[in-house]
Amino acid sequence: MKYMLLIHGAEDADGASDVPAGPSFEDWQVYDKAVKDAGIWVSGHALADLVTATTVRVDPATERPVITDGPFAESREVLGGYYVIDVPDLDAALDWAVRCPGARAGSVVVRPVAEFEA
Amino acid sequence: MPADPPAAWWVESVFREEHGRLLAALVSRFGDLDLAEEVTSEAIEAALTHWPVDGIPERPGAWLLTTARRRAVNRLKRDRAYAARLAILQVEADRAAVTPPPGEAGFDLPDERLQLFFTCAHPALSAEDRGALTLRCLAGLTTPEVARAFLMPPATMAQRIVRAKRRIREARIPFRVPDADELPHRLPGVLQVLYSIFTEGYAASSGPHLQRLDLAEEAIRLTRILRRLLPAEREVAGLLALMLLVHARRDARTGPDGEVVLLDEQDRGRWDRTMIEEGLALAAVALTGGPPGRYGVQAAIAALHDEAADLATTDWPQIVALYDVLLALSPSPVVALNRAIAMAMRDGPQAGLDLLDGLAGEPRLRGYHPYLVARADLLKRLGRRFEAEAVYRQAFGLVGTEPERAHLRRRLEAVAGPDGSAGA
Repeated sequence: MKYMLLIHGAEDADGASDVPAGPSFEDWQVYDKAVKDAGIWVSGHALADLVTATTVRVDPATERPVITDGPFAESREVLGGYYVIDVPDLDAALDWAVRCPGARAGSVVVRPVAEFEA
Repeated sequence: MPADPPAAWWVESVFREEHGRLLAALVSRFGDLDLAEEVTSEAIEAALTHWPVDGIPERPGAWLLTTARRRAVNRLKRDRAYAARLAILQVEADRAAVTPPPGEAGFDLPDERLQLFFTCAHPALSAEDRGALTLRCLAGLTTPEVARAFLMPPATMAQRIVRAKRRIREARIPFRVPDADELPHRLPGVLQVLYSIFTEGYAASSGPHLQRLDLAEEAIRLTRILRRLLPAEREVAGLLALMLLVHARRDARTGPDGEVVLLDEQDRGRWDRTMIEEGLALAAVALTGGPPGRYGVQAAIAALHDEAADLATTDWPQIVALYDVLLALSPSPVVALNRAIAMAMRDGPQAGLDLLDGLAGEPRLRGYHPYLVARADLLKRLGRRFEAEAVYRQAFGLVGTEPERAHLRRRLEAVAGPDGSAGA
């Protein structure tokens, strides 16, 4: 079963998602290697800085796109990246989330990927 | 439902003893709680039809399991999409399969309920869901019975259970016992569920009665099962000890009309000595062979009360010391409150009151009526009647059960005098 690990970091004053004393680049490298060595890696990316985000909405009445800078929702925690992993059950997914460096500096939300029958 | 005696007898015992076992066995075979629940009920219904006529089979558990499995297979043949999903689950279950331990004497089914305890108390479920699922799946309560346990309308509870089961299925919360290294993190969650069921039975949060004995007994029954399944876990022994040592006082805690009788006025001759003996033996297990856990320590406190002849000769210094240990193990304002009450018994009302005043800022004690009642009691003992009266009045608006309200009304009258308008 596939789970997405959404890695959230606390936002600092300029809206950047990195936190002082957060995990080092090496911590992430070690984790990334562990996920791939375990054969559970499906996909994953780190996201660029929040200031580069753009939000698109289409007004349903006028069909006109509304493009604004920044993310849609103001929140204290910012999505900084994600992994999709394929593991047998939620306990296994939670175990990988506990090991994720992002769980130390912020939080990791674990969500099952919806599966639709063909 | 047939009304003749063997069937009526079986309704009770099948539902109470075989339901949880059967359900657990089916969950571990099919990996699907909904399917397991449906065919469990169907198999029990079939038993109620056939057994009064054909006699009780030699191996009733095996009969039920075979019947339930046949129904499950039939259902899967009818519903292909469902079957396909379960087939995937099955492959993964087989991969992780362990040989089930043989059933103990008296039962012909292996006991696979332990994994169900951990699923029902999984941290990915809300606290309310954990209690509801545990009562539904392990205690074998019907949905209306679970609703009554949580003082909730049956339709709301039915919805809650459906949602919780959907969550288990869709997030794929596993049916398995955590590994040895995970167990210390996960067992407290299971114990907490059982403890919450017990405390709601011991001191109902609302309603006409102070105690809900059926709920307390259900918690004890479940904890006994868990104790059999995890004999080496001392905190399970501690929790069972605590429940028994407290439940032993049930008959003395209310008067003839259901009114509250506090520890100092209880007829200790009405305490259940057999239950106390059993609780003491379990407390000894919980407190031997390593540092004690929170339930073991609470059991020790309950034991000191049970062993004392009256309030005056109770070993208060030892109780205070145990509360210190408990406070270090699981710091909470409620534990600090109980410690302050014990301190008042050891060192006098002023010492207790000073400690209570120090807790006044605790958010969790705001609106917590036992805190206010304890404070009012100490003010009364210090002769500060007007202050005591004001605090009793404050508490009066916060208590949930009718007997507690009546009890407070009496105390209020005792400080305010007969003219005090206690009819608030």
